[in-house]
Formats: sequence, C-alpha cells, structure tokens
Amino acid sequence: MLRYLSRRLAQAAVIVAFVAAISFALIHLAPGDPFSAIMDNPNVSETVRQTLRAQYGFDRPLPEQFVRYIGRLAHGDLGWSFSHDRTVVEVLGSALPNTLLLMGVALIGSFALGIFVALVQVARRESVTDHALSGVTLVLFSMPDFWFAILVLLVFTYWIPIFPVGGAVDPVTHEYMTLGARIADRLRHLVLPALTLTVLAVGTVARYQRAALIDVLPADYIRTARLKGLTERDILRRHALRNALLPVISLIGLSFPALLTGAFFIEKIFAWPGMGLAVVNAIGTRDYPLVVGGVIIGSIMVTLGSLLADMLYAWADPRLRGH
Amino acid sequence: MPGQIQDSAATEPVRRRESAFAIGLRQILRKRSSRIALVILATIVLVGALAPLIAPYDPAAQPDIVALKNLPPSLAHPFGTDPYSRDVLSRVIYGARLSLTIGLLATWVSLTLGVFYGAVAGYAGGLVDGVMMRLLDALLAIPRLLLLLGILVAWPQFSVGALILFLGLTGWFGLSRIVRGQVLALKHAEFVTAAHALGASQWRILVRHLLPNLISPIVVAATLGVAHVIVLEAGLSYLGIGVPPPLASWGNIIQDGSDQVATLWWMSLFPGLFMVLTVMTLNVLGEALRDAYDRR
Amino acid sequence: MAPLLSIRDLKTYFYTEAGVARSVDGVSFDIGQGETVGIVGESGCGKSVTALSILRLIQPPGRIEPGSRIEFEGKDLVTLGDEEMRHIRGNRISMIFQEPMSALNPVFSVGDQVAEVARIHAGLSKRKAFDRAVETLALTGMPAPEERAKQYPHQLSGGMRQRVLIAMALIMKPALVIADEPTTALDVTIQAQILDLLVHLQKEFGTSILMITHDLGVIAETTSRVIVMYAGEVVEEASVDELFAHPHHPYTEGLIHSMPHIGHDQERLNVIPGTVPAPTNWPHGCRFRERCPYSWDLPEREHPPLYDVGVNHTSRCHLAIEPERRNQPHPPLVVVEGVGAA
Repeated sequence: MLRYLSRRLAQAAVIVAFVAAISFALIHLAPGDPFSAIMDNPNVSETVRQTLRAQYGFDRPLPEQFVRYIGRLAHGDLGWSFSHDRTVVEVLGSALPNTLLLMGVALIGSFALGIFVALVQVARRESVTDHALSGVTLVLFSMPDFWFAILVLLVFTYWIPIFPVGGAVDPVTHEYMTLGARIADRLRHLVLPALTLTVLAVGTVARYQRAALIDVLPADYIRTARLKGLTERDILRRHALRNALLPVISLIGLSFPALLTGAFFIEKIFAWPGMGLAVVNAIGTRDYPLVVGGVIIGSIMVTLGSLLADMLYAWADPRLRGH
Repeated sequence: MPGQIQDSAATEPVRRRESAFAIGLRQILRKRSSRIALVILATIVLVGALAPLIAPYDPAAQPDIVALKNLPPSLAHPFGTDPYSRDVLSRVIYGARLSLTIGLLATWVSLTLGVFYGAVAGYAGGLVDGVMMRLLDALLAIPRLLLLLGILVAWPQFSVGALILFLGLTGWFGLSRIVRGQVLALKHAEFVTAAHALGASQWRILVRHLLPNLISPIVVAATLGVAHVIVLEAGLSYLGIGVPPPLASWGNIIQDGSDQVATLWWMSLFPGLFMVLTVMTLNVLGEALRDAYDRR
Repeated sequence: MAPLLSIRDLKTYFYTEAGVARSVDGVSFDIGQGETVGIVGESGCGKSVTALSILRLIQPPGRIEPGSRIEFEGKDLVTLGDEEMRHIRGNRISMIFQEPMSALNPVFSVGDQVAEVARIHAGLSKRKAFDRAVETLALTGMPAPEERAKQYPHQLSGGMRQRVLIAMALIMKPALVIADEPTTALDVTIQAQILDLLVHLQKEFGTSILMITHDLGVIAETTSRVIVMYAGEVVEEASVDELFAHPHHPYTEGLIHSMPHIGHDQERLNVIPGTVPAPTNWPHGCRFRERCPYSWDLPEREHPPLYDVGVNHTSRCHLAIEPERRNQPHPPLVVVEGVGAA
C-alpha cells in the first residue's frame, strides 16, 4: 500500500511538472507576447508593466526564462493579477474554498443520487421506469452545462422567484445578520448553484453505475447469494452494489475535469464568487496571468482528484488492500 | 492478411468479411433508439446544409433595430428576434450549419493528431513512448475548457479557422492513448511478425494491419468527439471567446441574449434545444457503435 | 417412508433465438433421507440444469415447464411462492459449486459470507452468526478457522475456498446438499480430501447429497445410487455396485470404458465417439442412436421408454427387448458418416 501510494504520488508530481511546462509553452506560443493587450491597455500602470516584463523576463533567452518560470512556480508564485491588483495566488486562494464547496456538494450529491437512480433502474430492469430514467439520464448527460444553468436561473429566480439571483451571500443585509441568519443566507445562496451542478453530474454517474451493476449481475457470486436465500433486494444492494461500486469509484477521479468545467459556468451564471468566476472574468479583462494560474490550479485539482480516487479504490477493494 | 482471414473464418464461416462501417451501421440500425437518433440527426444536418433555402430571413440582417428588436416568438418570428432585430430562427438554422461544420472539422484534426501521436508512441516504444505518455497524462489532467482558455485568451483575435484548429488541437488525447494501446498489442501479434518475416516494409505493416483494427475506436471517438466539440464551441462562444460575432453559432445566439436572460428567454431556449438534440443523438449513436464493436 | 425429494417429469426449457433448448426433458427420480445419489453425464446432458431447477434458480429465457413436479418435504417446489422458496434455499437445500473462486464474493470476508446464511435463516446477530461460521469452518477442517474467517477469498487456496463453500452449505444443517462438480477445479490430492470431508459430514449430519459429476470415479467413491443422464433424460438408474457390474445402457458402458484405470497400461482411452447433440434439436427416436455401436431400426423409429432391467435397475434402451443385439456391435453412425466431431 505504502509503495503503491508513493509511486502514485511520484506520478502525480511528474504530471504537475509537465503541466507547468505546458503552461510555459502556452505563454510563449502566443503571437508576440500574451501581455501585448495588457501592455497597450492605458489603464495598466507603468510599474505593473515593469513587473510583468521582469517577471516573465521576455528579453532573456528561452531556456533561462523556463528555468526561472519553473522556479517561481515551485515557490508557489503564480504571478501578478493586474485586474485585481493582487497576486494570482491571493485571488485564486480566496476564491478556491467557494469552488471546493460547490464541487464537494455536487460530487457527494450526484454520486448519492446517481447510485440511487441506477439501483432503482436495475431493480426494475427493462421496465417503463428503467427506460424513462435512462432517457432522463441521457438528456442530463448530453446537456451543455451553461445552457442548463441559464434555464435553472430563468425558472427559479425570475419565473418562480424562490431563490436569490446570485452571489454567495446577500450583498446588502448579510453584514447585519445574526450568526444563524448568516448561515441560512449562505445556504439559501448555495442551494441553486449546487443543485444545478449536482443534476448535471447525475446523468454520468447513473449511467455508469447502471452499466456496472448489469455487468456484475451474471457473476457466479450473485448466484451464490441467491442460493443462500437472500431477497433480490439484498442481492442487489449488498452483493451486486458492493462490487459494482468499484468502477464508480474510478469515475470520481474521471469526473473531476467535468465538475470543474461545470463549476466554471455555474459560478459565472450564478455570480458565485469562486475560482471559475475569477478566471472567466479574467477573459474579459485579458488578465492572462490569472487565466494561466487557473489552468495550473485546475490541473492540480484534477490530478489530486484522481489520486484521491485511486487511493479510495485501493482501500475499497480487498484484493488491493494490504498490497 | 493471413491472421485475420483465419480469424474471421473461425467465427463467421459463411458471411464474408464486412467493413467496420457496414457492421457498425447494421448493428445500430437494429436498435429503435439509434434509428430515431439517426433520423433526427439527419434532419438537423439537412437543415444546416440547406440553411439558405430554409431560413426565412438573412441571419445577419438588422431590418429595424428600434421597432423589431427583442420581439418575443410570433408567427412572423417563431423564435423571436434579438437586440439587433435579427430573426432568431434564421440564426439558429445558420447556427446548425456553423456548429456542425466546426464540430466535424475540429474532430477531423483531432483524429489525425490522435492516430499519429498514438501510433508513433506505440511503435517507437521505450523511452520515447514513456515521455510521450507522461506528456499525455499531463494534457489529460488539464480540463479541456481551461486549456482552451489558456490558448485563446492569449490571442487578441482569431478567425473561425483558428478556433477549429485549437478545438482540434485539444481533443486528441484520449484517442491517442487507445491507438497506442492497439499498436502495442498488434506490434507483437503473430501475423505482424509473420508479415515482417515475409519482408513487408514497416509502412506497409502499419497501414495494412493496424488501420483495420483502429477503425472501430476511431469511429466511436469521432461520433462522441463531434458532440463534445459542439458543446465546447458553444461554451466558449457563450464566454465571448469562441466564434467571432456577428457570425451565428448556437453559443453566440445564447451569448447575445445572456445580458437579459429573464426577458429574452427565447434566445437561450431555442438554440439550446437544438444543441441538446444534436448532442443527444450523437451520444446515442456513439454508444450504440461502441456496444456494436464491443460485442464483436 | 416417503422420499425426501421426489422429482417427476421435470422439464426445463430455454427459449433462445436458436430455438427452444429442451435441456431437461422429462426427468424423474427420488432421493431418500440421508441418501447420497449421483448424477453422471457429459457436459450438456442437463445435469446442472436439473440441480438449478430444484432450487428454482433458472433465469429467463429458461423456465420450468408446467406439469413438472419437484416434491420436497411435502411441498411442490415448482409452484411454491418466491418468499417460501427463499426460506428453503441455503436453509433446507443448499448447493456447492464447481468454481470456488468465482462463487465467492471478492469484497466480503469469507467468515461474513458463511455467517450471512445464518443471519438470514436463523436470525442470528452479526456477532453470533460469525461465531457459528467459525465453528462450521472448523468442522470442514479449515486450519486456523478464526483467522481465516477474517480473510478474503483471494487470500485462500483453492481447497480452502471449497471448504468455505461447504461451510456455507452446511451451516444451517440442511436436509439436502447438491454438490455440482465440487472437486473438478481442485488438485488431485485436495480432491480426495474434499470428497472424504463430504462423506464424513454427510454421515455426521444425516444430510442427503445429490452429487453431480462427469467423473465416475467420484460417483464410485461417494454415492450409493447413480442416475445416468444423456440429452436431457435419465437413461439409466441403478445402485453403484449394480451399475459398475452390469451396465445396461450403451452410453453407461461407454462412460465406464472411458474411465482411466490406474495400474493398467492403456494404449488409449476409449472415448465415446461424437458429442452430445444440441438441446434445441434432439434426434428423434433414441437420442444416443448416432453414437451407439448397437443401434438398429427400432431405436431410429421409437423413442425408448425406461425398461426395468433388474432389481431397482432401469435403462432407456431397446436392448432390453432385443438383448441378442449386444453381440453384434458395429461402428456407430457418427464414425461412418462423420457426423459431429469424432
């Protein structure tokens, strides 16, 4: 286990190193330099221009720039965000908890709901219920994130205004609330974006889990369970699900990029002050360091996510545990 | 192909060898859901192809920016009009043309790159393969949308052609891993060794033996890939760094109405519905194809 | 005394795309209290489907045809309600499978898997059921049962896994244990141990055993009465001694001749030529006709009934009425015409 873990950690480190190299390539493959837009921007002060030039050292030879760039990244320096007038690490760092909250709720919610839906489907395999649910999960699976988020916003904040339009808290009254009211205010703002991301992810989980369950049903040990006199319900919930959960644990790792991408759009549409909103707004202001910072942080999240899923898998499968 | 002929003779003694396309088509046509999907998709493709004949208005025309702007759906404008008084239905129809074209061309770029990269890595093996695969791991760790943001934001402006190229450049990682796996597996297969022994050239071996085995993963990746690109293009256009305005793509139309989602709901709803329908049919067909090839 | 299990005219058909497979086609036999009965036959003869039918574990497109009767402890298992049937499985009738690795769930400890049976049927708490599982594992000769019970299937050897399955089958002291090729997947030395164990436990618990195998050696070692199945039917039934001394059906004869004899230097094994025909398309008349060295026009015309050929000895062969034909063997049809893979 320890050896597996250290090997997996080393792999993750190599991936992150390559991501850093790719981000360097992104910066240098752009026409001219990616800061030309900033450099021409009259709102950017001369000091910022100097800082940027020095930071990326565009006058120096490429290998030297690369070494300096990697060195700075290794020290946790992602550069300067001129649109926020703060370091990129500060901007993204303060926004990250909100994104993690959104993704965490959606991850747990979508897996719980998706597994439940699949169990309902497989218990009534090839019935009208099963086919109807397959249709619904297919639609959810095929739905562009931003379009669904717009529809949800339209329906639940304008047509049936039961939720706040956006943000993480009420911008005016939140400061004057009691502690309990503040928590309630936060929750009220969280519900809609979190639910939207959850529903968007449910389709994939349910389809994956349904296929995994159907895969294990012909196994000999399912026949053994039936032979023991277990009810069909217990066979499905205990013996089949416990095995069919293993591939779904791998899906946790695979679903991180989609969850992150979904969070980007949802944060933009619901004005949720997370990393996605910061990066998406940086598109408009052409705040390139912030965008590249988002790429790097996002990739690290994906890498850690798949590492987490692999560890969870190794723990959940007794055949890997203790090896 | 000595090995393959033997192989197919053992499993299908009577039927003569069919192309992967024919097998895929016959298999998916057996399922009712795929037949429906095929009809819907064909209709949307036809609408896009015949856009100039079908669209009631010029998609770029702004007949009266004061009197005819922001009109809700009516008989004259079934999908309403936008803030520039353009007919949304006509723009959605032309959007089908543009979004599908971008999807197809970008996927073409991805397939070419994916097959090339995977084949080289698998055939080279050793250190080259190792480095190429680690690079691939890293590329797969960057969410595709973020990677595209990183590329596109650096460009002050770009054409539709450049957008297609970038979409294609970021879509080949998954496929190339499959291709590499196939190449590795086939490299040591007996019939390839036999062909080698008979003096066939490397290039000939690659083309004659590898490509037929790669057709099925490529067809599946292409079908699902087009769906993915359509969604990505729309997302980028919605964020304002996709298809340059005033061209009509489904994402652009939604972007045009995004400032006033509540009042201009028709601008989000209708192009989105077309998009969901297209993506859904492509997903149904892609999965049916995968099942068909898996069962073989 | 009424037999423990009484099967009458059991038909289990599978409705496949290739046609109706009549895998079990009118089988009747009894098993007495504490008796060990063997069913022997090549793969595809319907012996495993018979076993699964007794437990009603036939999955669609298969089904037990109406008119079939499986009487067990005064109940007809064919028409019994699902819930009642569930109380019989693992409790009154249990089964041991051929492949102990795949028959065990890889993600649960073997102790939990044995204990589960006691939890369902005896309503024991998790803890008590586990203790009982450890006791039962000890009975099967599992070394260090306490520690082994906490391990997972992949950590055990093949022989130990089979002991786990036996413990699972015996924990409720059922009236009948069906053993479907219980030793086929094991090493020869382990095979002998497991068979000894089954015989020993059968004596201790007074359980009846239905031993299903293709191996006449296993039959000779463990059972008192034998049923020979061929092409979905019982073709011969007799006590073990009678069957080996006076086999009547040419198929049984062939099976006995194809047994390897230890100590004899055989040039080659006498294998019955040809294979079992497809269950979707049993031959008319005698189903063994094409592989039989004695067949003549009667078997071709008429499907043979079960003839009485001795004391408690029946055979589905027309030789019972024309015994002199046994002196005129000829190459079977499969050899002459090259039908099937000889």
